[in-house]
Amino acid sequence: MSATTYAWMVLAAPLAGTIVIALGWRVWRGRIAGWIGTGAIGLAFLCAIGVLVRLEDRPEERRQLVSSLWTYAKSAGLDVQMSILVDPLSVMMILVVTGVSTLIHLYSVSYMSSDRGFTRFFAYLNFFVFSMLLLVLAANFVVLIVGWAFVGAASYLLISFWFRRRTATRAGIKAFVINVVGDVGLVLGTFILFDKTGTVDFVGVFGAAGHEFSRNDGTLVVACLLLLVGAFAKSAQVPLHMWLPDAMEGPTPVSALIHAATMVTAGVYLIARMHPLFLQAPTAGDVGAVIGAITLLLAGVIGLAQTDLKRVIAYSTMSQIGYMIMGVSAGAYWAGMFHLMTHAFFKALLFMAAGSIIGAMANVQSLDRMSGFRRAMPFTFGCFVVGGLALAAVPPFSGFWSKDAILAFLGNEGGWHWALYVAGYVGALLTGLYTGRMVFRAFWGDPCPEAQELAGGHLHHADEPRNPADGSLEDTDVGFPGPHHQIAEREVPMKVAMGILAVLAAVAGFLQVPGVTHVVETFLAPTFAGDPGYAPDEPTWLTILGLSLSTVISLGSLGIAYVVWVRRPGTAPRIRERVPALARLLERAAYFDDALDVLVVRPAAACGRFAQQTFERVVVEGAIVGGPVSVVRASSAAVRAIQSGLLRSYVALLLLGVAGIALYFLTQAT
Amino acid sequence: MDIGWYLVVSAIIFAIGVTGVLTKRNPLVVLLCLELMLNAGNLALIAFSRMWGNGDGQVFAIVVMVVAAAEVTVGLGLIVAIFRRRLPIDVDELRELQG
Repeated sequence: MSATTYAWMVLAAPLAGTIVIALGWRVWRGRIAGWIGTGAIGLAFLCAIGVLVRLEDRPEERRQLVSSLWTYAKSAGLDVQMSILVDPLSVMMILVVTGVSTLIHLYSVSYMSSDRGFTRFFAYLNFFVFSMLLLVLAANFVVLIVGWAFVGAASYLLISFWFRRRTATRAGIKAFVINVVGDVGLVLGTFILFDKTGTVDFVGVFGAAGHEFSRNDGTLVVACLLLLVGAFAKSAQVPLHMWLPDAMEGPTPVSALIHAATMVTAGVYLIARMHPLFLQAPTAGDVGAVIGAITLLLAGVIGLAQTDLKRVIAYSTMSQIGYMIMGVSAGAYWAGMFHLMTHAFFKALLFMAAGSIIGAMANVQSLDRMSGFRRAMPFTFGCFVVGGLALAAVPPFSGFWSKDAILAFLGNEGGWHWALYVAGYVGALLTGLYTGRMVFRAFWGDPCPEAQELAGGHLHHADEPRNPADGSLEDTDVGFPGPHHQIAEREVPMKVAMGILAVLAAVAGFLQVPGVTHVVETFLAPTFAGDPGYAPDEPTWLTILGLSLSTVISLGSLGIAYVVWVRRPGTAPRIRERVPALARLLERAAYFDDALDVLVVRPAAACGRFAQQTFERVVVEGAIVGGPVSVVRASSAAVRAIQSGLLRSYVALLLLGVAGIALYFLTQAT
Repeated sequence: MDIGWYLVVSAIIFAIGVTGVLTKRNPLVVLLCLELMLNAGNLALIAFSRMWGNGDGQVFAIVVMVVAAAEVTVGLGLIVAIFRRRLPIDVDELRELQG
């Protein structure tokens, strides 16, 4: 089979999985639906490897394949094919997406097994993976937008998965609405590009971009900025990031899949895919890089003050995506994609380990309640530490190499990129601090009651399940958190998934060690090598400096975290008391949600109330509907009055009528 | 003989019938007056038939008689029904069908 046939099968497998699971929801008992879903994604992963092998067989300059199945839409001047683009960039994405998704599906088979919505969950999960694959394989803007919107819809379904939780449904709506803002940006950007180049095919647009637009052409910059709006909304960059922390309302595997490994990386992929456009419009790229830098710093600082374990990881995701956006916007394409890959591994691992802890805590997510799980959950502890070390970029774990690749590129660029370079290292310090905070607070210290219970051999189950977000009582009749919880220590599928990811998170960085191995860069070279700004990975003095600086910062920040949260446990509250305003600012996530509430939500709600209570009542019901109604009512009253029921008056009217007609004809006749 | 006289007689009978329908409250009398109106019409039809010298008018007159017979049957049936149900035998009192 050719590479494109394999690529179509990559798309077909999750779609078939969705349909089979969803239509057979009455049939699938127990964990069958989970295994079907895992199998479908696993098959997609195998096909993705097939694509990789076939693509590597081809000569380097012919590694960009477009395959079309049918005409999607064709009208005056517009020709949209249902087509996919297979090149190293999309192949890397499908490998990461399907690979990590397979493991997350495997994990979910155990994690969700006591949930009433088990089958529904896997139908959604497969649909999500299909949407994401459609997004990354699209060969034109229309298919890209379709996949983009499907991803948003799937994330809405999965965030609101426990639909009896008000907090979850609200979070789902929020994510969907903010994503739609991004969709609008993407669609408008596409309009502009179509208007100027007359095609929606990536290859055509990129080919035309070179001669159609001059460098930093105003129209192109606007189009690129609109594309960036789409990327920011999907990738949770300031100021469209508010949905991501709230999205932690979904089940933990959803957080791992959507909000760490795949969906949020769509923005990074979009920028990397549009690299010929961004090279023509460096101003737009600069905006993206600055926003990425702001996001990585802001999210890192907020992550330090959050107490919900999953929210801390969510903010760390935002921060790491900030690195990637900063990298790809500034031109560090392969480095950004490399970080995307390693981040998918270690962040999925961290979420899985967090899910295991949350299971042991019977669905309590607050770091304040956790402590001392080191002895009770050695496997989870090991995985969390590996993930944490990769996140904090401690050598030789994967995050170290990938993060440093981005920063070394920025440093070599020189100019004002030095500011981004410094921001990146400050961000690395923050990363080390919040990672250390999570690890030390959850695993060190005196064991909490739940940890003691687990050490005694019994898994804690809450008497009455409560929503970790607002403490309200859960409706367990419909969904989770069902009466039972699963932890990695006791479930083989969870253990296998986490084990594989832990190995990947530890060693994936060796694919690209400066001056030694070049796997990622060589693989992606056919996509990016044509760019004028393409820089091969050649270690300079800056690379060496960066690597040593990174080592010092990561180890130092973890050391500081150890001192603050283990050696002198009272330090953090003391700092909090010293600067209460700052602490409150960070706990409220820099008031972004409150600003959104005041600026958008409340005016919108007020408009809605006005429309319902004033406009509809007065204008619609009063004038538009009420006018004709009163006319009909008055005329019918007049007609009704004639119907007196008096036989003789009827006769009189009849005679008058006949006489009138007769008179009329008589006068006409003469 | 001039046809005008026949029509005058017909008109007078018709007017008597109309006056009766309009003024009388007993349904039986109303029916009688209706018959008067129908027969006034018949008289006019026969007169026109004679004037034109063919049988068309007489055919119409026979049709009107059939209709009148049917109408009397229904009307008398209604009056009997009214009587049986001990309702007032007065068309002004029977006015439930008002709008």
